[in-house]
Amino acid sequence: MVLLNNRNIVIGAALTAIFVTLALVSFVYTPYDVTGVDIPNKLKKPFSNGYPLGTDHFGRDILSMIMVGARTSIAVALVAVTIGMALGVPLGLAAAANKGYLLDELIMRSNDLIFAFPSLVIAILITAIFGPSALNAIIAIGIFNIPVFARLTRGAALSLWQRDYILSARVAGKGPARISFEHILPNVANLLIVQGTIQFSLGILAEAGLSYVGLGAQPPIPSWGRMLAESQTMISFAPHMALFPGLAIVFTVLGLNLMGDGLRDIFDPRIRRDKS
Amino acid sequence: MLRYTLSRLQSLVLSLIAASIVIFLTVEIVPGDPASYMLGLNASEDTIAALRDQLGLNVPSYQRYWNWVSSLLHGDFGTSYTYRTPVSDMIRDRLWISLPLAIYALFLSTLIAFPAGILAATHRGSFTDVLIMGFTQLGVAIPNFWFAMLMVLLFAINLQWFSAGGFPGWENPLLAIKSLTLPAIALALPQASILARIMRSSLLDILSEDYIRTARAKGLTRGQTLYRHALRNALIPVLTIIGLQFSFLMAGAIIIENVFFLPGLGRLVFQAITQRDLIVVESVVMLLVFAVILVNFAVDIAYAIVDPRLRGG
Repeated sequence: MVLLNNRNIVIGAALTAIFVTLALVSFVYTPYDVTGVDIPNKLKKPFSNGYPLGTDHFGRDILSMIMVGARTSIAVALVAVTIGMALGVPLGLAAAANKGYLLDELIMRSNDLIFAFPSLVIAILITAIFGPSALNAIIAIGIFNIPVFARLTRGAALSLWQRDYILSARVAGKGPARISFEHILPNVANLLIVQGTIQFSLGILAEAGLSYVGLGAQPPIPSWGRMLAESQTMISFAPHMALFPGLAIVFTVLGLNLMGDGLRDIFDPRIRRDKS
Repeated sequence: MLRYTLSRLQSLVLSLIAASIVIFLTVEIVPGDPASYMLGLNASEDTIAALRDQLGLNVPSYQRYWNWVSSLLHGDFGTSYTYRTPVSDMIRDRLWISLPLAIYALFLSTLIAFPAGILAATHRGSFTDVLIMGFTQLGVAIPNFWFAMLMVLLFAINLQWFSAGGFPGWENPLLAIKSLTLPAIALALPQASILARIMRSSLLDILSEDYIRTARAKGLTRGQTLYRHALRNALIPVLTIIGLQFSFLMAGAIIIENVFFLPGLGRLVFQAITQRDLIVVESVVMLLVFAVILVNFAVDIAYAIVDPRLRGG
């Protein structure tokens, strides 16, 4: 199996799998309840009896919170990437099929416009108006993903449109929409998977940043970013509260990035050929 | 070159107009009336109506858009709903922290990334290369605000080399720069990692070109080839990324300012959001987007100076 020979993919997939599993398990089981307050057990150090990662200032088990937080992070990032792909890919395909026409120009210029708003600024605008919530964080990150996928798809699709087999498909009487979905899309899928992995990891970072400043998931839903925000004032005497959620973010993002790099290496020969 | 500059200028203006319309419309659909919000629950209908009139809210929206844009062009950002002070004054004070912070971080990230990327590319496959690439992989994965918190724990709380936050003002420039140092390092870390990777791959591409072999064949040393021929060409993609990074630095500063309690634009925006002081949010967002568009314009121009092939198009 070629996938298993790539060290990046193996390490990356293992790291990602750990956190996906934690998130999934948290639906049926967490060591403790994450919404309850248990003041007698507050600020327990890691490895203390029954609390492998210690407890926070409300006595909540940090391991349980990280498990439920994984759910929030992964869900937000995954939905945001899905939004970006679902809207960005068809836009990119349409732009490539209409290269040089008004539609292409219109799509690409609106993409440039979105790019001028850094994702955090979009999030600020959205939360200023609709109030902070996980849903608005998803929308903010998702909107920023649209131009990423639209540009990538258009760029790759443009070179494919020059190919002979596309010409034969046209001769056979297929319309641009059908060619786009039946012949172009399957051939850009590799690129989209690689980019999807990278945007997924960026989404996790963005979600953490947004919930850190209070623009993401709201209490009592645990999220890694807010755990870090809450730990900040207690960092001098309870550094473990800041350590574990941060490590969770780093390992998840690292896992996804390694996986993306590995996949790109495997797909690379194809990508190279498409460029020429 | 002139035609190229003019066409870039044209798209600069178009982007600014489009961005201002988007921002205006977004704020326009906000539920609730700023006038009644400012006056509180007990205000009478008449007072609210009078304030609406004073704020210029009673004219149709296209006219309000026009008023907003034309006063923006005159440097008038309106009056804060909460503080009743000119927004431009509030922004100017805050900008003196956020802008130096972003520039400082950009400087640091370039300072780290260039040598790291060049070293990795010239020693491809060696232990140095693997080590540098490993660090960049980590640098991209670490959230900068978490890195900032860890630095506070180590350098401010344990070693006490720096203060944990706050800003002493520019009266003492050394002290001011010192207090921006940890935030700038935190901001620079992920950007330096990205930049080092781009520098490395861009330089590797160039080093495999025929003209590099020719330069070596005619007797130039490795160092001479690198500085006279390779680096200049490898800089083109790097320049684009630096331009893009500026917008991330401005936005990232918003989060990092929160870690270090720096009274910059970011803190201003968050206060404004909680107080629903939308005119401040509107102005700061417009300013950030303006900065991004302007920097990208500058990058396009710099691009054409470095690469003459672009000037024709």
